[in-house]
Amino acid sequence: MTSDNLQMITCVKQIIDPEVPAVVFQVDPEAKRAIQPKGVELVISDYDEVAVEAALRIKDTHGGTITVLSLGEESAKDVLRHCIAMGADDGVLLSDPLFDDSDSFTTAQALAQAIKKLGGFDLILCGRQEGEWDAGQVGSGIAQLLDIPCVTVAGKIEIKDGKAIVERVVEGGRDEIQVIRRVLVTASNEIGEPRYPPFRRIMAAKKQEIPTWNAQDIGYSAKARNKMLKIFAPVHEGQCQFIEGETSEEIGANLALKLRELI
Amino acid sequence: MSENKGVFIVGELLDGALAPITTELLGVGRNLAAELGQELYAILIGSGIKEVANECIFFGADKVYVIDAPLFKDYLTDSYVVALEKLNEQAKPEILLLGHTSMGRDLAPALAFKLDTGVTLDCVELSIDPDTKLLQKTKPVYGSNASAIFVFEEGRPQMAAIRFKVMQPLERDTSRTGEVIAFQPQIDESAIRGRVTNKLREEVTGIKLEEADVVVCGGRGMGGFEPFKQLEELANILHGAVGATRPPCDVKWVPDYYQIGLTGKLVSPTLYIGVALSGSSQHLAGMSGSKNIVAINRDPNANIFQIAHYGVTGEYEKILPSFIAKCKELFR
Repeated sequence: MTSDNLQMITCVKQIIDPEVPAVVFQVDPEAKRAIQPKGVELVISDYDEVAVEAALRIKDTHGGTITVLSLGEESAKDVLRHCIAMGADDGVLLSDPLFDDSDSFTTAQALAQAIKKLGGFDLILCGRQEGEWDAGQVGSGIAQLLDIPCVTVAGKIEIKDGKAIVERVVEGGRDEIQVIRRVLVTASNEIGEPRYPPFRRIMAAKKQEIPTWNAQDIGYSAKARNKMLKIFAPVHEGQCQFIEGETSEEIGANLALKLRELI
Repeated sequence: MSENKGVFIVGELLDGALAPITTELLGVGRNLAAELGQELYAILIGSGIKEVANECIFFGADKVYVIDAPLFKDYLTDSYVVALEKLNEQAKPEILLLGHTSMGRDLAPALAFKLDTGVTLDCVELSIDPDTKLLQKTKPVYGSNASAIFVFEEGRPQMAAIRFKVMQPLERDTSRTGEVIAFQPQIDESAIRGRVTNKLREEVTGIKLEEADVVVCGGRGMGGFEPFKQLEELANILHGAVGATRPPCDVKWVPDYYQIGLTGKLVSPTLYIGVALSGSSQHLAGMSGSKNIVAINRDPNANIFQIAHYGVTGEYEKILPSFIAKCKELFR
Protein backbone atom coordinates (compact mmCIF):
# COMPACT_ATOMS: atom_id res chain seq x y z
CA MET A 1 0.00 0.00 0.00
CA THR A 2 1.24 3.48 -0.75
CA SER A 3 1.77 6.07 1.97
CA ASP A 4 1.01 9.11 -0.16
CA ASN A 5 -1.88 10.23 -2.32
CA LEU A 6 -4.18 7.56 -1.07
CA GLN A 7 -7.34 6.76 -2.94
CA MET A 8 -9.97 6.53 -0.25
CA ILE A 9 -13.61 5.54 -0.32
CA THR A 10 -16.07 6.13 2.49
CA CYS A 11 -19.58 4.70 2.80
CA VAL A 12 -22.21 6.81 4.51
CA LYS A 13 -25.90 6.52 5.28
CA GLN A 14 -28.68 9.06 5.69
CA ILE A 15 -30.92 8.38 8.67
CA ILE A 16 -33.63 9.98 10.80
CA ASP A 17 -31.95 12.22 13.39
CA PRO A 18 -31.21 9.91 16.32
CA GLU A 19 -31.49 12.82 18.76
CA VAL A 20 -35.26 12.65 18.30
CA PRO A 21 -36.75 12.62 21.82
CA ALA A 22 -38.27 9.30 22.78
CA VAL A 23 -41.72 10.84 23.25
CA VAL A 24 -41.81 11.79 19.56
CA PHE A 25 -40.39 8.53 18.28
CA GLN A 26 -42.88 6.17 16.61
CA VAL A 27 -42.66 2.99 14.58
CA ASP A 28 -44.91 1.86 11.77
CA PRO A 29 -45.36 -1.87 12.53
CA GLU A 30 -46.67 -2.54 9.00
CA ALA A 31 -43.87 -0.79 7.15
CA LYS A 32 -41.52 -2.21 9.77
CA ARG A 33 -39.59 0.99 10.27
CA ALA A 34 -39.68 4.26 12.17
CA ILE A 35 -41.89 7.12 11.02
CA GLN A 36 -39.99 10.30 10.27
CA PRO A 37 -41.51 12.77 12.78
CA LYS A 38 -42.65 16.14 11.42
CA GLY A 39 -39.94 18.74 11.44
CA VAL A 40 -37.24 16.18 12.19
CA GLU A 41 -34.32 16.18 9.77
CA LEU A 42 -32.56 13.41 7.97
CA VAL A 43 -28.90 13.47 8.87
CA ILE A 44 -25.68 11.61 8.25
CA SER A 45 -25.27 8.64 10.60
CA ASP A 46 -22.83 9.58 13.40
CA TYR A 47 -20.12 7.01 12.92
CA ASP A 48 -20.21 7.42 9.14
CA GLU A 49 -19.40 11.09 9.62
CA VAL A 50 -16.50 10.09 11.86
CA ALA A 51 -15.30 7.78 9.08
CA VAL A 52 -15.25 10.75 6.68
CA GLU A 53 -13.34 12.77 9.28
CA ALA A 54 -10.81 9.95 9.61
CA ALA A 55 -10.33 9.96 5.83
CA LEU A 56 -9.92 13.75 5.83
CA ARG A 57 -7.22 13.59 8.48
CA ILE A 58 -5.31 11.11 6.36
CA LYS A 59 -5.81 13.34 3.32
CA ASP A 60 -4.55 16.35 5.33
CA THR A 61 -1.34 14.49 6.15
CA HIS A 62 -0.70 12.36 3.09
CA GLY A 63 -2.75 13.84 0.28
CA GLY A 64 -5.11 11.81 -1.82
CA THR A 65 -8.75 11.68 -2.84
CA ILE A 66 -11.93 10.73 -1.05
CA THR A 67 -15.00 9.41 -2.84
CA VAL A 68 -18.15 9.07 -0.75
CA LEU A 69 -20.76 6.43 -1.51
CA SER A 70 -24.27 6.18 -0.17
CA LEU A 71 -27.08 3.70 -0.71
CA GLY A 72 -30.37 5.50 -0.32
CA GLU A 73 -33.06 7.76 -1.66
CA GLU A 74 -32.47 10.91 -3.73
CA SER A 75 -32.39 12.88 -0.45
CA ALA A 76 -29.19 11.07 0.50
CA LYS A 77 -27.41 13.40 -1.92
CA ASP A 78 -27.69 15.99 0.87
CA VAL A 79 -25.49 13.80 3.01
CA LEU A 80 -23.03 13.31 0.14
CA ARG A 81 -22.86 17.09 -0.34
CA HIS A 82 -22.23 17.51 3.38
CA CYS A 83 -19.26 15.14 3.10
CA ILE A 84 -17.97 17.01 0.04
CA ALA A 85 -18.31 20.26 1.98
CA MET A 86 -16.25 18.66 4.78
CA GLY A 87 -13.54 17.99 2.22
CA ALA A 88 -14.33 14.84 0.25
CA ASP A 89 -13.72 15.10 -3.47
CA ASP A 90 -16.79 13.50 -4.97
CA GLY A 91 -19.80 11.38 -4.25
CA VAL A 92 -21.99 8.73 -5.85
CA LEU A 93 -25.53 7.82 -4.87
CA LEU A 94 -26.72 4.23 -5.25
CA SER A 95 -30.45 4.29 -5.67
CA ASP A 96 -32.92 1.76 -7.03
CA PRO A 97 -36.25 0.27 -5.94
CA LEU A 98 -34.38 -3.03 -5.85
CA PHE A 99 -32.41 -1.64 -2.90
CA ASP A 100 -35.58 -1.17 -0.83
CA ASP A 101 -35.83 -3.35 2.25
CA SER A 102 -32.12 -4.02 2.18
CA ASP A 103 -30.50 -6.01 4.92
CA SER A 104 -26.81 -5.93 5.88
CA PHE A 105 -25.98 -8.50 3.24
CA THR A 106 -27.61 -6.74 0.30
CA THR A 107 -26.31 -3.34 1.43
CA ALA A 108 -22.77 -4.70 1.62
CA GLN A 109 -23.26 -6.34 -1.78
CA ALA A 110 -24.41 -3.14 -3.45
CA LEU A 111 -21.62 -1.06 -1.92
CA ALA A 112 -19.00 -3.68 -2.79
CA GLN A 113 -20.22 -3.76 -6.39
CA ALA A 114 -20.08 0.04 -6.59
CA ILE A 115 -16.57 0.04 -5.16
CA LYS A 116 -15.51 -2.45 -7.85
CA LYS A 117 -17.00 -0.13 -10.46
CA LEU A 118 -15.08 2.85 -9.07
CA GLY A 119 -11.80 1.09 -9.82
CA GLY A 120 -8.84 1.22 -7.47
CA PHE A 121 -8.61 2.15 -3.82
CA ASP A 122 -6.08 2.05 -1.00
CA LEU A 123 -8.37 2.45 1.96
CA ILE A 124 -12.10 2.11 2.62
CA LEU A 125 -13.66 3.69 5.68
CA CYS A 126 -17.11 2.98 7.10
CA GLY A 127 -18.86 3.75 10.35
CA ARG A 128 -18.82 0.92 12.88
CA GLN A 129 -22.63 0.80 12.82
CA GLU A 130 -25.38 3.08 11.59
CA GLY A 131 -27.99 4.72 13.72
CA GLU A 132 -31.19 3.05 12.52
CA TRP A 133 -30.66 -0.69 12.68
CA ASP A 134 -27.36 -0.59 14.59
CA ALA A 135 -26.55 -3.82 12.77
CA GLY A 136 -22.79 -3.24 12.70
CA GLN A 137 -22.07 -5.55 9.78
CA VAL A 138 -21.85 -3.72 6.49
CA GLY A 139 -18.20 -2.72 6.84
CA SER A 140 -17.07 -6.26 7.63
CA GLY A 141 -19.34 -7.54 4.87
CA ILE A 142 -17.90 -5.26 2.19
CA ALA A 143 -14.38 -6.34 3.19
CA GLN A 144 -15.35 -10.00 2.97
CA LEU A 145 -16.97 -9.54 -0.46
CA LEU A 146 -13.93 -7.64 -1.77
CA ASP A 147 -11.60 -10.15 -0.09
CA ILE A 148 -9.64 -7.49 1.77
CA PRO A 149 -8.71 -7.37 5.46
CA CYS A 150 -10.94 -5.47 7.86
CA VAL A 151 -10.20 -3.78 11.17
CA THR A 152 -13.26 -2.69 13.13
CA VAL A 153 -14.06 -0.12 15.80
CA ALA A 154 -11.02 2.03 15.18
CA GLY A 155 -10.18 4.77 17.67
CA LYS A 156 -7.20 5.91 15.62
CA ILE A 157 -5.94 5.32 12.08
CA GLU A 158 -2.48 6.22 10.83
CA ILE A 159 -0.68 5.50 7.60
CA LYS A 160 3.07 4.99 7.87
CA ASP A 161 5.61 3.34 5.55
CA GLY A 162 2.92 1.74 3.43
CA LYS A 163 1.16 0.30 6.48
CA ALA A 164 -2.17 1.06 8.04
CA ILE A 165 -1.73 1.25 11.83
CA VAL A 166 -5.10 1.02 13.52
CA GLU A 167 -5.96 1.18 17.20
CA ARG A 168 -9.01 -1.00 17.84
CA VAL A 169 -11.08 -0.05 20.84
CA VAL A 170 -11.43 -3.15 23.03
CA GLU A 171 -12.55 -3.77 26.60
CA GLY A 172 -10.03 -2.13 28.85
CA GLY A 173 -8.08 -0.29 26.18
CA ARG A 174 -6.82 -0.52 22.61
CA ASP A 175 -5.19 -3.19 20.44
CA GLU A 176 -2.86 -1.84 17.80
CA ILE A 177 -3.18 -3.72 14.52
CA GLN A 178 -0.90 -3.29 11.52
CA VAL A 179 -1.97 -4.20 8.02
CA ILE A 180 0.42 -3.93 5.09
CA ARG A 181 -2.05 -3.92 2.30
CA ARG A 182 -5.23 -2.19 1.35
CA VAL A 183 -7.78 -2.49 4.10
CA LEU A 184 -11.28 -1.55 5.21
CA VAL A 185 -11.53 0.14 8.59
CA THR A 186 -14.70 0.88 10.54
CA ALA A 187 -14.60 4.08 12.55
CA SER A 188 -15.66 4.66 16.14
CA ASN A 189 -16.28 8.02 17.80
CA GLU A 190 -12.98 7.82 19.72
CA ILE A 191 -11.32 9.08 16.54
CA GLY A 192 -12.63 12.53 17.39
CA GLU A 193 -15.18 15.07 16.37
CA PRO A 194 -15.99 15.54 12.67
CA ARG A 195 -15.08 18.98 11.36
CA TYR A 196 -17.66 21.62 10.50
CA PRO A 197 -17.67 22.34 6.78
CA PRO A 198 -16.77 25.97 6.01
CA PHE A 199 -19.59 28.00 4.47
CA ARG A 200 -17.91 28.46 1.09
CA ARG A 201 -17.48 24.70 0.75
CA ILE A 202 -21.15 24.15 1.63
CA MET A 203 -22.12 26.53 -1.19
CA ALA A 204 -19.71 24.92 -3.64
CA ALA A 205 -20.96 21.44 -2.76
CA LYS A 206 -24.51 22.46 -3.65
CA LYS A 207 -23.40 22.88 -7.26
CA GLN A 208 -21.38 19.69 -7.52
CA GLU A 209 -22.68 17.01 -9.82
CA ILE A 210 -23.48 13.75 -8.03
CA PRO A 211 -24.24 10.77 -10.27
CA THR A 212 -26.82 8.15 -9.35
CA TRP A 213 -26.08 4.51 -10.11
CA ASN A 214 -28.86 1.94 -10.17
CA ALA A 215 -28.73 -1.80 -9.64
CA GLN A 216 -27.97 -2.49 -13.29
CA ASP A 217 -25.12 0.05 -13.34
CA ILE A 218 -23.32 -1.83 -10.61
CA GLY A 219 -24.32 -5.37 -11.58
CA TYR A 220 -26.26 -5.98 -8.37
CA SER A 221 -28.48 -9.00 -8.01
CA ALA A 222 -28.80 -9.86 -4.32
CA LYS A 223 -31.84 -10.64 -2.26
CA ALA A 224 -32.32 -9.72 1.37
CA ARG A 225 -32.43 -12.78 3.58
CA ASN A 226 -32.58 -11.36 7.09
CA LYS A 227 -36.27 -11.31 7.90
CA MET A 228 -37.77 -8.90 10.43
CA LEU A 229 -40.76 -10.51 12.07
CA LYS A 230 -41.76 -7.56 14.17
CA ILE A 231 -40.72 -4.13 15.34
CA PHE A 232 -42.11 -2.47 18.43
CA ALA A 233 -41.41 0.54 20.59
CA PRO A 234 -41.81 0.28 24.34
CA VAL A 235 -44.22 2.76 25.86
CA HIS A 236 -42.48 5.20 28.15
CA GLU A 237 -44.35 5.97 31.32
CA GLY A 238 -42.46 8.89 32.75
CA GLN A 239 -42.88 8.63 36.49
CA CYS A 240 -40.22 11.00 37.65
CA GLN A 241 -40.63 12.43 41.11
CA PHE A 242 -39.23 15.94 41.09
CA ILE A 243 -37.44 17.14 44.18
CA GLU A 244 -38.72 20.52 45.33
CA GLY A 245 -37.39 23.34 47.49
CA GLU A 246 -37.50 27.08 47.99
CA THR A 247 -33.95 27.67 46.82
CA SER A 248 -31.39 25.76 44.79
CA GLU A 249 -29.49 25.13 48.03
CA GLU A 250 -32.57 23.57 49.58
CA ILE A 251 -33.29 21.43 46.53
CA GLY A 252 -29.72 20.13 46.55
CA ALA A 253 -29.98 19.23 50.22
CA ASN A 254 -33.39 17.59 49.72
CA LEU A 255 -31.97 15.50 46.90
CA ALA A 256 -29.25 14.22 49.23
CA LEU A 257 -31.89 13.36 51.81
CA LYS A 258 -33.84 11.40 49.18
CA LEU A 259 -30.68 9.47 48.29
CA ARG A 260 -30.28 8.52 51.92
CA GLU A 261 -33.59 6.68 51.61
CA LEU A 262 -32.41 4.81 48.55
CA ILE A 263 -28.93 3.59 49.46
CA MET B 1 -29.70 -28.27 5.98
CA SER B 2 -31.05 -31.04 8.16
CA GLU B 3 -27.49 -32.23 8.65
CA ASN B 4 -26.85 -29.17 10.83
CA LYS B 5 -27.16 -29.94 14.49
CA GLY B 6 -26.21 -28.54 17.83
CA VAL B 7 -26.05 -25.21 19.59
CA PHE B 8 -22.48 -23.90 19.65
CA ILE B 9 -21.11 -20.97 21.59
CA VAL B 10 -17.80 -19.20 21.04
CA GLY B 11 -16.42 -18.60 24.51
CA GLU B 12 -14.03 -15.91 25.61
CA LEU B 13 -11.38 -16.00 28.28
CA LEU B 14 -10.25 -13.36 30.73
CA ASP B 15 -7.05 -13.67 32.72
CA GLY B 16 -6.90 -17.41 32.19
CA ALA B 17 -10.48 -18.08 33.28
CA LEU B 18 -13.85 -18.05 31.53
CA ALA B 19 -14.98 -14.50 30.88
CA PRO B 20 -18.45 -13.84 32.36
CA ILE B 21 -19.90 -13.57 28.82
CA THR B 22 -19.01 -17.23 28.29
CA THR B 23 -21.13 -18.41 31.20
CA GLU B 24 -23.99 -16.26 29.91
CA LEU B 25 -23.62 -17.78 26.43
CA LEU B 26 -23.74 -21.24 27.97
CA GLY B 27 -26.83 -20.29 29.97
CA VAL B 28 -28.86 -19.15 26.97
CA GLY B 29 -27.30 -21.86 24.82
CA ARG B 30 -28.48 -24.51 27.24
CA ASN B 31 -32.07 -23.24 27.00
CA LEU B 32 -32.01 -23.21 23.21
CA ALA B 33 -30.43 -26.65 23.05
CA ALA B 34 -33.09 -28.02 25.38
CA GLU B 35 -35.89 -26.57 23.22
CA LEU B 36 -34.40 -28.12 20.10
CA GLY B 37 -33.53 -31.41 21.80
CA GLN B 38 -29.93 -30.96 20.74
CA GLU B 39 -26.54 -30.75 22.42
CA LEU B 40 -24.65 -27.69 23.63
CA TYR B 41 -21.07 -27.20 22.51
CA ALA B 42 -18.54 -24.64 23.66
CA ILE B 43 -15.65 -23.49 21.48
CA LEU B 44 -12.56 -22.01 23.09
CA ILE B 45 -9.84 -20.42 21.00
CA GLY B 46 -6.52 -19.24 22.36
CA SER B 47 -3.08 -20.32 23.48
CA GLY B 48 -2.42 -22.38 26.59
CA ILE B 49 -6.12 -22.66 27.40
CA LYS B 50 -6.76 -26.39 27.77
CA GLU B 51 -7.22 -26.29 31.55
CA VAL B 52 -10.23 -24.00 31.30
CA ALA B 53 -12.20 -26.33 29.05
CA ASN B 54 -13.76 -28.19 31.96
CA GLU B 55 -15.24 -24.95 33.27
CA CYS B 56 -17.41 -24.84 30.16
CA ILE B 57 -18.78 -28.25 31.11
CA PHE B 58 -19.43 -27.13 34.70
CA PHE B 59 -21.42 -24.22 33.25
CA GLY B 60 -23.55 -26.38 30.96
CA ALA B 61 -21.70 -27.56 27.86
CA ASP B 62 -22.01 -31.19 26.73
CA LYS B 63 -18.85 -30.95 24.65
CA VAL B 64 -16.01 -28.46 24.35
CA TYR B 65 -13.92 -27.89 21.24
CA VAL B 66 -10.54 -26.49 22.20
CA ILE B 67 -8.54 -24.72 19.50
CA ASP B 68 -5.23 -24.16 21.24
CA ALA B 69 -2.16 -22.85 19.42
CA PRO B 70 0.30 -19.92 19.79
CA LEU B 71 -1.19 -18.45 16.62
CA PHE B 72 -4.43 -17.74 18.50
CA LYS B 73 -2.88 -16.01 21.50
CA ASP B 74 -4.16 -12.60 20.39
CA TYR B 75 -7.51 -12.13 18.69
CA LEU B 76 -7.18 -11.37 15.00
CA THR B 77 -10.08 -11.50 12.56
CA ASP B 78 -8.38 -13.61 9.91
CA SER B 79 -7.01 -16.36 12.14
CA TYR B 80 -10.19 -16.78 14.21
CA VAL B 81 -12.49 -16.67 11.16
CA VAL B 82 -10.54 -19.39 9.39
CA ALA B 83 -10.35 -21.55 12.53
CA LEU B 84 -14.12 -21.36 12.97
CA GLU B 85 -14.75 -21.84 9.27
CA LYS B 86 -12.88 -25.13 9.42
CA LEU B 87 -14.62 -26.21 12.60
CA ASN B 88 -17.95 -25.34 11.01
CA GLU B 89 -17.16 -27.61 8.05
CA GLN B 90 -16.62 -30.49 10.43
CA ALA B 91 -19.17 -29.84 13.17
CA LYS B 92 -22.00 -28.29 11.14
CA PRO B 93 -23.76 -26.35 13.92
CA GLU B 94 -27.42 -25.45 13.70
CA ILE B 95 -26.92 -22.39 15.86
CA LEU B 96 -23.71 -20.47 16.60
CA LEU B 97 -23.65 -17.85 19.34
CA LEU B 98 -21.01 -15.29 20.24
CA GLY B 99 -20.81 -12.49 22.78
CA HIS B 100 -21.47 -8.92 21.65
CA THR B 101 -18.01 -7.94 22.85
CA SER B 102 -15.11 -6.30 21.04
CA MET B 103 -14.15 -9.75 19.75
CA GLY B 104 -17.71 -10.80 18.91
CA ARG B 105 -18.59 -7.55 17.11
CA ASP B 106 -15.64 -8.10 14.84
CA LEU B 107 -15.72 -11.87 14.47
CA ALA B 108 -19.46 -12.43 14.06
CA PRO B 109 -20.10 -10.39 10.87
CA ALA B 110 -16.84 -11.51 9.24
CA LEU B 111 -17.67 -15.14 9.95
CA ALA B 112 -21.31 -14.81 8.88
CA PHE B 113 -20.33 -13.36 5.51
CA LYS B 114 -17.61 -16.00 5.14
CA LEU B 115 -20.10 -18.81 5.82
CA ASP B 116 -22.75 -17.12 3.64
CA THR B 117 -25.18 -17.02 6.53
CA GLY B 118 -26.69 -14.25 8.64
CA VAL B 119 -26.01 -12.91 12.11
CA THR B 120 -27.83 -10.52 14.43
CA LEU B 121 -25.69 -8.55 16.87
CA ASP B 122 -26.52 -7.15 20.31
CA CYS B 123 -29.35 -9.60 20.98
CA VAL B 124 -31.20 -9.10 24.24
CA GLU B 125 -33.44 -12.11 23.75
CA LEU B 126 -33.15 -15.42 21.92
CA SER B 127 -35.88 -18.01 21.54
CA ILE B 128 -36.96 -20.86 19.31
CA ASP B 129 -40.09 -20.22 17.25
CA PRO B 130 -42.48 -23.05 18.23
CA ASP B 131 -43.76 -23.46 14.65
CA THR B 132 -40.76 -22.90 12.40
CA LYS B 133 -38.16 -23.99 14.96
CA LEU B 134 -36.06 -21.05 13.77
CA LEU B 135 -33.97 -18.94 16.12
CA GLN B 136 -35.79 -15.70 16.89
CA LYS B 137 -33.41 -12.88 17.69
CA THR B 138 -34.51 -9.68 19.42
CA LYS B 139 -32.29 -6.63 19.33
CA PRO B 140 -32.65 -2.93 20.08
CA VAL B 141 -32.81 -0.67 17.01
CA TYR B 142 -33.00 3.08 16.40
CA GLY B 143 -30.45 3.65 19.12
CA SER B 144 -32.66 1.49 21.38
CA ASN B 145 -35.82 3.55 20.86
CA ALA B 146 -37.38 0.33 19.55
CA SER B 147 -36.82 -3.43 19.41
CA ALA B 148 -36.98 -5.74 16.41
CA ILE B 149 -37.19 -9.51 16.08
CA PHE B 150 -35.25 -11.17 13.27
CA VAL B 151 -35.02 -14.65 11.81
CA PHE B 152 -32.74 -15.99 9.13
CA GLU B 153 -34.36 -18.78 7.18
CA GLU B 154 -31.66 -19.86 4.76
CA GLY B 155 -28.05 -20.23 5.69
CA ARG B 156 -26.55 -22.25 8.50
CA PRO B 157 -25.53 -21.86 11.20
CA GLN B 158 -28.08 -19.36 12.45
CA MET B 159 -25.89 -16.84 14.23
CA ALA B 160 -26.39 -14.32 17.00
CA ALA B 161 -24.23 -12.23 19.31
CA ILE B 162 -25.66 -11.66 22.78
CA ARG B 163 -25.46 -8.46 24.78
CA PHE B 164 -23.40 -8.70 27.93
CA LYS B 165 -25.14 -8.93 31.32
CA VAL B 166 -28.53 -9.91 29.91
CA MET B 167 -28.63 -13.70 29.68
CA GLN B 168 -28.50 -15.83 32.81
CA PRO B 169 -25.66 -18.26 33.40
CA LEU B 170 -26.40 -21.63 34.96
CA GLU B 171 -25.10 -22.46 38.43
CA ARG B 172 -21.58 -23.83 38.29
CA ASP B 173 -21.91 -27.57 38.81
CA THR B 174 -18.69 -29.56 39.15
CA SER B 175 -20.58 -32.84 38.97
CA ARG B 176 -21.47 -32.22 35.32
CA THR B 177 -19.52 -34.31 32.86
CA GLY B 178 -18.78 -33.85 29.19
CA GLU B 179 -16.21 -34.29 26.47
CA VAL B 180 -13.26 -32.08 25.60
CA ILE B 181 -12.16 -32.32 21.98
CA ALA B 182 -8.91 -30.82 20.70
CA PHE B 183 -9.39 -29.29 17.25
CA GLN B 184 -6.32 -28.35 15.26
CA PRO B 185 -7.23 -26.50 12.07
CA GLN B 186 -4.56 -26.24 9.41
CA ILE B 187 -4.06 -22.52 8.93
CA ASP B 188 -2.05 -20.97 6.12
CA GLU B 189 -0.35 -18.25 8.15
CA SER B 190 0.56 -16.25 5.09
CA ALA B 191 -3.17 -15.70 4.58
CA ILE B 192 -3.41 -13.79 7.87
CA ARG B 193 -3.38 -10.20 6.76
CA GLY B 194 -2.64 -8.25 9.91
CA ARG B 195 -0.86 -8.52 13.21
CA VAL B 196 -1.26 -7.21 16.72
CA THR B 197 1.71 -4.98 17.40
CA ASN B 198 0.77 -3.45 20.73
CA LYS B 199 -1.81 -3.70 23.45
CA LEU B 200 -2.63 -0.55 25.39
CA ARG B 201 -4.63 -0.99 28.54
CA GLU B 202 -6.34 1.68 30.65
CA GLU B 203 -4.98 2.41 34.09
CA VAL B 204 -8.13 2.54 36.13
CA THR B 205 -7.59 3.35 39.76
CA GLY B 206 -10.42 2.84 42.16
CA ILE B 207 -13.81 1.37 41.45
CA LYS B 208 -14.41 0.12 37.89
CA LEU B 209 -17.34 1.80 36.20
CA GLU B 210 -19.05 -1.43 35.10
CA GLU B 211 -18.87 -2.83 38.63
CA ALA B 212 -19.72 0.29 40.63
CA ASP B 213 -22.78 0.26 42.80
CA VAL B 214 -23.12 4.02 42.33
CA VAL B 215 -22.48 5.78 39.03
CA VAL B 216 -22.29 9.55 38.60
CA CYS B 217 -22.51 10.48 34.93
CA GLY B 218 -21.87 13.84 33.28
CA GLY B 219 -23.15 14.99 29.92
CA ARG B 220 -22.64 17.69 27.35
CA GLY B 221 -24.17 20.28 29.69
CA MET B 222 -21.20 20.01 32.06
CA GLY B 223 -19.48 22.46 29.75
CA GLY B 224 -15.87 21.44 30.27
CA PHE B 225 -13.50 19.07 32.03
CA GLU B 226 -13.11 21.13 35.22
CA PRO B 227 -16.73 20.61 36.34
CA PHE B 228 -16.19 16.84 36.21
CA LYS B 229 -14.09 17.24 39.36
CA GLN B 230 -17.30 17.88 41.27
CA LEU B 231 -18.66 14.61 39.95
CA GLU B 232 -15.48 12.83 41.06
CA GLU B 233 -15.97 14.33 44.54
CA LEU B 234 -19.59 13.16 44.63
CA ALA B 235 -18.65 9.69 43.43
CA ASN B 236 -15.97 9.44 46.14
CA ILE B 237 -18.45 10.30 48.86
CA LEU B 238 -20.93 7.73 47.58
CA HIS B 239 -18.25 5.07 46.94
CA GLY B 240 -19.01 5.08 43.24
CA ALA B 241 -17.43 5.76 39.86
CA VAL B 242 -17.71 8.55 37.30
CA GLY B 243 -18.89 8.06 33.74
CA ALA B 244 -19.94 10.26 30.87
CA THR B 245 -22.15 10.31 27.82
CA ARG B 246 -20.53 10.41 24.39
CA PRO B 247 -20.17 14.18 23.83
CA PRO B 248 -17.77 14.84 26.76
CA CYS B 249 -15.62 11.94 25.50
CA ASP B 250 -15.71 13.12 21.89
CA VAL B 251 -14.38 16.56 22.89
CA LYS B 252 -11.86 14.95 25.23
CA TRP B 253 -13.12 16.49 28.50
CA VAL B 254 -12.86 12.97 29.92
CA PRO B 255 -11.13 9.78 28.70
CA ASP B 256 -12.95 7.55 26.19
CA TYR B 257 -13.41 4.78 28.70
CA TYR B 258 -15.83 6.94 30.69
CA GLN B 259 -18.40 6.50 27.94
CA ILE B 260 -21.65 4.82 28.99
CA GLY B 261 -24.02 3.89 26.20
CA LEU B 262 -24.98 1.61 23.35
CA THR B 263 -21.40 1.47 22.09
CA GLY B 264 -19.79 2.27 25.43
CA LYS B 265 -19.99 0.61 28.82
CA LEU B 266 -23.18 -0.95 30.12
CA VAL B 267 -23.89 -0.16 33.76
CA SER B 268 -26.70 -1.25 36.06
CA PRO B 269 -25.83 0.19 39.48
CA THR B 270 -28.10 0.58 42.48
CA LEU B 271 -27.88 4.33 42.00
CA TYR B 272 -27.26 6.28 38.81
CA ILE B 273 -27.04 10.08 38.92
CA GLY B 274 -27.08 11.84 35.55
CA VAL B 275 -25.90 15.44 35.60
CA ALA B 276 -26.42 17.86 32.70
CA LEU B 277 -27.18 15.17 30.17
CA SER B 278 -30.20 15.04 27.89
CA GLY B 279 -30.61 11.27 27.97
CA SER B 280 -30.30 10.29 24.31
CA SER B 281 -31.59 6.82 23.53
CA GLN B 282 -28.02 5.72 22.83
CA HIS B 283 -27.01 6.67 26.36
CA LEU B 284 -30.12 5.18 27.93
CA ALA B 285 -29.22 1.88 26.30
CA GLY B 286 -26.16 1.83 28.55
CA MET B 287 -27.83 2.59 31.91
CA SER B 288 -31.58 1.99 31.78
CA GLY B 289 -31.15 -1.10 33.91
CA SER B 290 -30.04 1.03 36.87
CA LYS B 291 -32.15 0.45 39.94
CA ASN B 292 -32.57 4.09 41.01
CA ILE B 293 -32.14 6.78 38.38
CA VAL B 294 -31.67 10.39 39.43
CA ALA B 295 -31.25 13.23 36.96
CA ILE B 296 -30.29 16.89 37.22
CA ASN B 297 -30.97 18.99 34.13
CA ARG B 298 -32.04 22.56 33.55
CA ASP B 299 -34.44 21.44 30.80
CA PRO B 300 -37.64 19.95 32.30
CA ASN B 301 -38.33 18.28 28.92
CA ALA B 302 -35.00 16.48 28.80
CA ASN B 303 -35.42 12.89 27.68
CA ILE B 304 -33.67 11.56 30.77
CA PHE B 305 -36.70 12.48 32.87
CA GLN B 306 -38.69 9.88 30.92
CA ILE B 307 -36.86 7.11 32.73
CA ALA B 308 -35.59 8.88 35.84
CA HIS B 309 -37.19 7.97 39.15
CA TYR B 310 -36.15 11.24 40.76
CA GLY B 311 -35.28 14.52 39.14
CA VAL B 312 -34.23 18.07 39.70
CA THR B 313 -34.83 20.76 37.10
CA GLY B 314 -32.23 23.42 37.51
CA GLU B 315 -28.69 24.40 36.65
CA TYR B 316 -26.29 21.79 37.97
CA GLU B 317 -23.86 24.56 39.03
CA LYS B 318 -26.48 25.78 41.50
CA ILE B 319 -27.64 22.37 42.70
CA LEU B 320 -24.40 20.44 43.09
CA PRO B 321 -22.68 22.45 45.86
CA SER B 322 -25.40 21.94 48.47
CA PHE B 323 -26.13 18.44 47.17
CA ILE B 324 -22.50 17.40 47.61
CA ALA B 325 -22.23 19.11 51.00
CA LYS B 326 -25.30 17.29 52.32
CA CYS B 327 -24.09 13.98 50.91
CA LYS B 328 -20.80 14.51 52.75
CA GLU B 329 -22.78 14.90 55.94
CA LEU B 330 -25.07 11.92 55.38
CA PHE B 331 -22.77 9.38 53.76
CA ARG B 332 -19.37 9.69 55.39
